[in-house]
Amino acid sequence: MAKTKKKSVTFDLPRKVATVSAMDEEVESDEDFLPDNENIISASEDEDAGDDERKHTKLLEAISGLGGRRRKKMTERSEASLQVSEFGVNAEGAGEKVALSDLLSSATEASRTDGTMTKTHRQLKNLEKRQATLELPLSHQQTEKIQREAAFEKASKEVSRWESTIVHQQRAEQLFFPLNQQPSRPRRMEQLVTSWKTQTPLEQEVFALLHAHRQPTFDPVLTPVEEAQLQAMSLEEAQLRRAELQKARALQSYYEAKAKRGSKIKSKKYHKVQQKAKRKAFLKQFEDLCKSDPERAMEELQNMEKKRIEERMSLKHQNSGKWAKSRVIMAKYDLGARQAMHEQLELNRQLTHKPLPSSELHDDSDDDSNSDPTLASEDQTLPDIVNEASANQKEGANPWMKMAVVLTTAEQEEPKAVADSETPEAAVSDAGEVGEEREEETEEERLLGEFARRRQLRRTNDEEEEDKEARQTAEASQTDGASEVSPSRADRSDDDDDGDEDEEDQMDEAAASELNALFGRLAKQAQQGAAPLGSSAELLDEDTTRVRTLEQAELLAETHNDTAPPVAQVESEEAAPGHDVDDPAPKGKGHQKVIDPEQVLTKQARSIRVPMTTPAIEDAEDEALDEQTDMIREAFAGDDVVSDFLKEKRKQEEEGRPKDVDLSLPGWGEWGGVGIHTKKQKRKRSRFLKKAPPAAPRKDRKLPAVIISEKRDASVAAHQVSQLPFPFENPSQFERSIRSPLGSTWNPELAVRKLTAPRIVTKAGAIIEPISRDDIMPAKAVAGKRRAAPDIQLGGDAERRGGHHRPGAKKKKHKK
Amino acid sequence: MKVKVLSRNPDDYVRETTRDIHRVPRNYDPTLHPFEVPREYTRALNATKLERVFAKPFVGSLDGHRDGINCMAKHSKSLSILLSGACDGEVKLWNLSKRECVRTVQAHEGFVRGIATRFCGTSFFTVGDDRTIKQWKMEPPGYGEQEEPLNTILGKAVFTGIDHHQQGETFATCGQTVDIWDEQRTTPIRSFSWGVDSFSCVRYNPVETELLASCASDRSIVLYDMREATPLKKVIMKLRSNTLCWNPMEAYYFTCSNEDYNLYTYDMRHLDTPVTVHMDHVSAVLDVDYSPTGTEFVSASFDKSIRIFPKDGGHSREVYHTKRMQHVICVRWSADNKYILSGSDEMNIRLWKADASEKLGVLTGREKVTRDYNQKLRDKFQHHPHIRRIARHRHLPHDLYKQRREIKEMKDARRRKEVNVRKHSKPGSVPVETEKEKHVVAVVE
Repeated sequence: MAKTKKKSVTFDLPRKVATVSAMDEEVESDEDFLPDNENIISASEDEDAGDDERKHTKLLEAISGLGGRRRKKMTERSEASLQVSEFGVNAEGAGEKVALSDLLSSATEASRTDGTMTKTHRQLKNLEKRQATLELPLSHQQTEKIQREAAFEKASKEVSRWESTIVHQQRAEQLFFPLNQQPSRPRRMEQLVTSWKTQTPLEQEVFALLHAHRQPTFDPVLTPVEEAQLQAMSLEEAQLRRAELQKARALQSYYEAKAKRGSKIKSKKYHKVQQKAKRKAFLKQFEDLCKSDPERAMEELQNMEKKRIEERMSLKHQNSGKWAKSRVIMAKYDLGARQAMHEQLELNRQLTHKPLPSSELHDDSDDDSNSDPTLASEDQTLPDIVNEASANQKEGANPWMKMAVVLTTAEQEEPKAVADSETPEAAVSDAGEVGEEREEETEEERLLGEFARRRQLRRTNDEEEEDKEARQTAEASQTDGASEVSPSRADRSDDDDDGDEDEEDQMDEAAASELNALFGRLAKQAQQGAAPLGSSAELLDEDTTRVRTLEQAELLAETHNDTAPPVAQVESEEAAPGHDVDDPAPKGKGHQKVIDPEQVLTKQARSIRVPMTTPAIEDAEDEALDEQTDMIREAFAGDDVVSDFLKEKRKQEEEGRPKDVDLSLPGWGEWGGVGIHTKKQKRKRSRFLKKAPPAAPRKDRKLPAVIISEKRDASVAAHQVSQLPFPFENPSQFERSIRSPLGSTWNPELAVRKLTAPRIVTKAGAIIEPISRDDIMPAKAVAGKRRAAPDIQLGGDAERRGGHHRPGAKKKKHKK
Repeated sequence: MKVKVLSRNPDDYVRETTRDIHRVPRNYDPTLHPFEVPREYTRALNATKLERVFAKPFVGSLDGHRDGINCMAKHSKSLSILLSGACDGEVKLWNLSKRECVRTVQAHEGFVRGIATRFCGTSFFTVGDDRTIKQWKMEPPGYGEQEEPLNTILGKAVFTGIDHHQQGETFATCGQTVDIWDEQRTTPIRSFSWGVDSFSCVRYNPVETELLASCASDRSIVLYDMREATPLKKVIMKLRSNTLCWNPMEAYYFTCSNEDYNLYTYDMRHLDTPVTVHMDHVSAVLDVDYSPTGTEFVSASFDKSIRIFPKDGGHSREVYHTKRMQHVICVRWSADNKYILSGSDEMNIRLWKADASEKLGVLTGREKVTRDYNQKLRDKFQHHPHIRRIARHRHLPHDLYKQRREIKEMKDARRRKEVNVRKHSKPGSVPVETEKEKHVVAVVE
């Protein structure tokens, strides 16, 4: 609108003065002018009523414009503008050519006036300088060649996309044609009917009848939704999905199995490590959370608080369990046990530790420093209640606990003192009992929550029983003395309770007796045998003692072996006095099922001292002299080629010579019984010996440096492959392929089927279409098939073949 | 008292129904079945012999044409329909299962040069010496109707061949130029010529359906892309190629039948040397067609025989001939990979089995198992001399045999001479040229 107004304004003015400044406006036809003028009217009406005068003049102008229509028709290009210009500029010489130099001169003048070289000036100068003409366009042939090259490149690239498919097909074990076979499904009614056309009059009649009764012949039986549902999942898709699900399930079960396996692992160390790692990871995660998501972190914190409360409630990590008790006993001698207990306590402290504000932190640290030495001290027999109490103390809130704390702390010192004062032997045995009694007493007094107490009671009951048993067995063992003991597993644990050294003594005694007996036997054997030790394997292993078990037998064999090498001296690094008995000892013990862990575990590897080989000649001078010869000798040490060859030849000759055949049968034609003369036998043997005919002269008999194989059998060679066939790379590969049988005589049914599967399988009576994109891209193919109806013969996708117009594609779209 | 008796579970030896096969327990202990290789070798030998005994490839002949058969086309949707065009301008539709002519059309005056069926199988196109392209309905005209083409396009020059697009509504003809036609129009939508006066054959690529190849009379093979304005490339060979055929499973391979008795398989991306040279014919090869599985192709020759080549083998695996068969002009491999159809000079179309010893008809399960096993045995022992000799033995007519020997002698002589020349000239001055390189003159871009 605005534009047209402007136009009209610029246009009106010159018409009044009868000059045309805008040539392009004039070239326009009158049809263009008319609406312009009308626009002006309408536009002017919109304007304010303030300037009526202007309006009026405009109206007048418009009217004059209307009137001027007739004049307009006769408009023709007038050259008046050449002489008369609205700006009063003389347009002389307008038709002349403007030379570059003219412009340049004016520009230079301008620059002179300015005193600077303008940009245009520079450009113009450059233009003037450049004289070169544009190159001629390429010849027709050349352009065509370039076009062809480009087109060929494109086509070959397009075609190369098939490469992987082709290679895949060439390497395939088995190929099925037609490709992408559809499972045969019962076709639907309307599909059948639409593809069938009435031909005979009878058919037409029938059809008409059917139509009259409105049989659902053409209108689809299925709704589009149903159809879509039917086609929603093709077989391939379903199979794919099923495979995916299967995989997911398998993975899940695998992880489950893994978790189960993990949970079943009895190794405490493993679990400890696992938990530690988990905790670490959690802490790290928590730190991250603190930074990234404070709200979540708060939640986590609350969770932790909850856990802390739970921890306080439970007796976990408080060295009150069975295991802890056993550790307590071990703790005195075993650094590991001590550490383990320490760890437990540390863990408990960590878990029950409440994150406090900074003011309370100092107290806490003080507390820690107080408690730490106790924890680090040797006996960490702190009962759970103590720990709990101390934890509570830190909190300093629970009035119920205060009393208990005082009590426990008082009692805590008792066992310590006892442990310090008593000798270790007694301490271990006593400690358990004392602990037990004390605990029982304290429990009665304590007024803890019922829950905790009950639990504690249960525990103590168990322990009491155990203790009783332990005491009994310990006594028994002591009374038995050096006699052979066969303690059960439970007994062993009791032995632990009684103290290691006692047990060790016992065991040593038992073992010693056993070993003595054994060694005595061995010594006897050695005397009896008195034969070279190397021949022990050949001779019968005679002995007065009976080998009852396999282990004993093995033991015997081992002792023989051990004594066998006279040169290699076996020496254990420990110079224990009873060392020479040491070797069979663990065996005997093993048999007795009493294991002394220290002896077993701390055993050092033996070092075997073997006499060195004779030292090399050290004469330096000789070496210098015979260096070369030595080197040669060294390099070809044992390489006596000539004699080797001769040997080989002799061997071959020997092999090639026909052998005598012995046809005599042992015992045939002989009397049985004692006192048979061997001479007679010999004679008989010679009678049945079939002498081989003299060997045919060898071909290489006169060629000392040649071996000609005589193995080749001409009659068989006709059936043998003389050259390695093409796809095979070496004879062994080929032989392997021949060696493995294919038939059902040698292979089970399924294997035979697999082995004899033909490479190309075609379907009878099916047209094999050329390969298409759909065949190699199943997803796309599914889409394509969904679109294609059986009555329309179409295929392929429209996107790829954009080259030409295809109404078929349209049809498909309609169908969709 | 406990009595011990033999107890046998009937489940182990009784079959469930009388239609089941008997349960035979087998022990696969190799010591019980010794000599597996010799036994299988014997079986393989027997299988090979039997294969040769049963090798009766000729199924039947279709006679009815009154002149030599010049071209043939398969129906794109039906296996039992064959179209053939004769030198007298007659086109016949055959029902292969009944082996009878179902329809005869006097399509052209003079030769019928080419037939192509539309992809949907509802109509077919013929070109002839009378410079026309005619489209015909596949169905015979109704009672009382005249046999008339659906469309007739009058061309400016003689058309020598035609092929229809795989899916689209376009077809290509060749003559003085290679033209691409829209079915709806009477003028070609595209016309390719590249300094050649005449083409003998044009074929669409069935996989990359916009590509074409043609054989020209200037001994060249030219590639085209329907979407481009210019041809793509051409290779000039020593002698003229008569026809070509694209591999239907491998997009960039095509094979051309040449006047020099050979066939050449090319990779269209590398035209400078053929991938394989297939030699065995003793006269010009006139037609070639791929098996629909793309693993083999059949060629028809002027030497009155047709041969089947593996796509990557230099020599044929089979040769078919009969006493009465003259120069074979055209050959087609049926779309179900089972049969081969050959049209020859003496007015007959012959139907052959693609696998000479194959048993036709329905096979029982055991027959199938035996067939597969025998096939594998033959493959396994194919390199053994006795088996190879039997498997490769073919009977040839005397003149064919003689010509073959002659050609071999000639080739040997040429080779000998070449070797001699090389021996007596400056080393390096007579380069060794492989068989593949020999036949290509130039590649023009």
